[in-house]
Amino acid sequence: MKASAIRSVFAAVQEEGRAALIPYVTAGHPVGDSTATVLQALADSGADLIELGVPFSDPLADGPTIQGSSFSSLQNGTTVEDVLAELKTFRAERTTPVVLFTYLNPVLHYGLEDFLSDATECGASGLLLTDLPVGADCEVERTVAESPLDFIRLVAPTTRAERVPEIAENGSGFLYYISRAGVTGARSQLRESLSDEVAALRSQVGLPVAVGFGISTPEQAREVGRASDGVVIGSALVRIMDESGVEAGARFVARLRAALD
Amino acid sequence: MSKITQMQSDRFGSFGGRYVPETLVGALDEVAVAYAEASGDESFQDELKRLNTSFVGRPTPLYHAERLGGAAGNRDVWLKREDLNHTGAHKINNTIGQALLAGRMGKRRIIAETGAGQHGVATATACALFDLECVVYMGEEDVKRQALNVYRMQLLGAEVRPVNSGTRTLKDATNEAIRDWVTNVDSTHYIIGSVVGPDPFPRMVRDFQSIIGREAREQFLECLGRLPASVVACVGGGSNAMGMFHPFVYDESVELVGVEAGGSGIESGQHSASLAAGTPGVLHGSLSYLLQDSDGQVLPAHSVSAGLDYPGVGPEHSHLKDMGRVRYTFATDEQALGAFHKLSELEGIIPALETAHAIAYVLEHGASVSGPILVCLSGRGDKDVSHVAEVEGRGGFF
Ligand SMILES: Cc1ncc(COP(=O)(O)O)c(C=O)c1O
Repeated sequence: MKASAIRSVFAAVQEEGRAALIPYVTAGHPVGDSTATVLQALADSGADLIELGVPFSDPLADGPTIQGSSFSSLQNGTTVEDVLAELKTFRAERTTPVVLFTYLNPVLHYGLEDFLSDATECGASGLLLTDLPVGADCEVERTVAESPLDFIRLVAPTTRAERVPEIAENGSGFLYYISRAGVTGARSQLRESLSDEVAALRSQVGLPVAVGFGISTPEQAREVGRASDGVVIGSALVRIMDESGVEAGARFVARLRAALD
Repeated sequence: MSKITQMQSDRFGSFGGRYVPETLVGALDEVAVAYAEASGDESFQDELKRLNTSFVGRPTPLYHAERLGGAAGNRDVWLKREDLNHTGAHKINNTIGQALLAGRMGKRRIIAETGAGQHGVATATACALFDLECVVYMGEEDVKRQALNVYRMQLLGAEVRPVNSGTRTLKDATNEAIRDWVTNVDSTHYIIGSVVGPDPFPRMVRDFQSIIGREAREQFLECLGRLPASVVACVGGGSNAMGMFHPFVYDESVELVGVEAGGSGIESGQHSASLAAGTPGVLHGSLSYLLQDSDGQVLPAHSVSAGLDYPGVGPEHSHLKDMGRVRYTFATDEQALGAFHKLSELEGIIPALETAHAIAYVLEHGASVSGPILVCLSGRGDKDVSHVAEVEGRGGFF
């Protein structure tokens, strides 16, 4: 197994008897704030782990909020190199592990091996590629798996049971359970069967299980946190930062953290 | 890393694949299995054949376009008249097949993306025929350019959802259709409109469209007692071209030519020529040639014809390009508009603007082909009449 900063975080929060708080932000958003500063604000407000979105022009797994943040970030000229540079700046200041969350094309175009080594050097701890399901591209998957980065894989409510062990075996760091069939985006209601599904998944795999997609309030975070090892908050946070700025986003993260403690 | 089981048949050389969110993996397996079963099921094939004959109007004629040939400097120019299909384009060959398949899978809700609106109309038509719910995503830009087709879809009982993200054209309509599918995957089948997307779509759509080439090849042998020297088709996503080319791929004497949209010219950067000017990348679930910038962001495509205005292309075309089996070239907006008029005046056939790109190629290069030319006349141009009038400064009509 990899010497994983991510696994250490999950071990530590488990000691504390709570779930990890994993906020998501899109790099280069809000426009005008440096991403390193945004990451620091999240780290200082209680984030255990951060998902940093590398924007892609065609984010087909994302709902309107993250689409909008990606679009404005790209309009403002954000490049993959910029994102890695901001990550490096952040890493010099804080130790909170960062998972890069993106689509395959920008990574392939950068050059897969170069991307993996540059991301590692700039302080990334993991990589999640939303459009690379297990089995889609053995060569790419093997290259990522052999890198120092944890390879975060997804399980969806539509994933057939017999696929789960294969996904778990080919992932590291943690497993990301998608709370519902759909794209990213805040929802006012979680599905009733969610806790049972997460419990079933946790009993089946050796990795921590974090849950994301649609979680938008401290109450929901608490509920999901009781059933899982980690809670990902994306669109709700992106929207708050978009409308009210980074400080408001940081306060929201602090409230989420209080709900998990 | 432990062993991963990967399907090998989901690729054309290194192109294609299934680069999709995990949520869709099960649905793609389901479509692939259902399609494999249907392919081997005589009753499915009989039903498809019956509808192709009685509803679509197949076989479509092969027409000797003598006056066009005269203008092109090649007396043997033959048009495969897909414009005479019900709804006016080749798109219905695919939608009837996929709607039948959706019925087999028990899916009562259909979604589709559309650019020119031809695929949307063909999907809405199939849904009316089979009493299926139909939602069509269409870029706001195209909703404006193809207002007539928007109304046709509504008449047929479909809901048209304008898409205002990104470039507001076919690429973004496809993103939105995929998002819908991810969200409603249990109830919904996505009838993708070209030989693009994740496996099994590129090969399934090709198979449904291959009826074009199978008929044309047989008709050609019957009429001329030989095979064409050259086969020409326009390429957007590439479905009419793939359907036309596929039965000729192993006929080594037959040159295959795909004509992409050159827009304002390749050097202007305003075009949709993914094969001629793109590089391999992943969009909409498959690896194929793609218009992208130095950071791997997809570039907006441009074409006067909404149906070619797409920065990607079907993965099998990428493979055929790299193998050197098909030659891909392009025609500009201006050349296509010229051909739109020429074919109307010379043959009494108003072609779709998409198709006009293939005609433009023949007008330009027909004389240099020593032997008969077969052209896929993929669709009729009624939908474009108003847009062309507007582009030419005469105001739109609809
Ligand atoms: C008449 C016609 N031809 C061609 C196309 C391009 O699609 P494809 O390349 O898949 O045939 C379209 C698309 O809308 C069309 O309507």
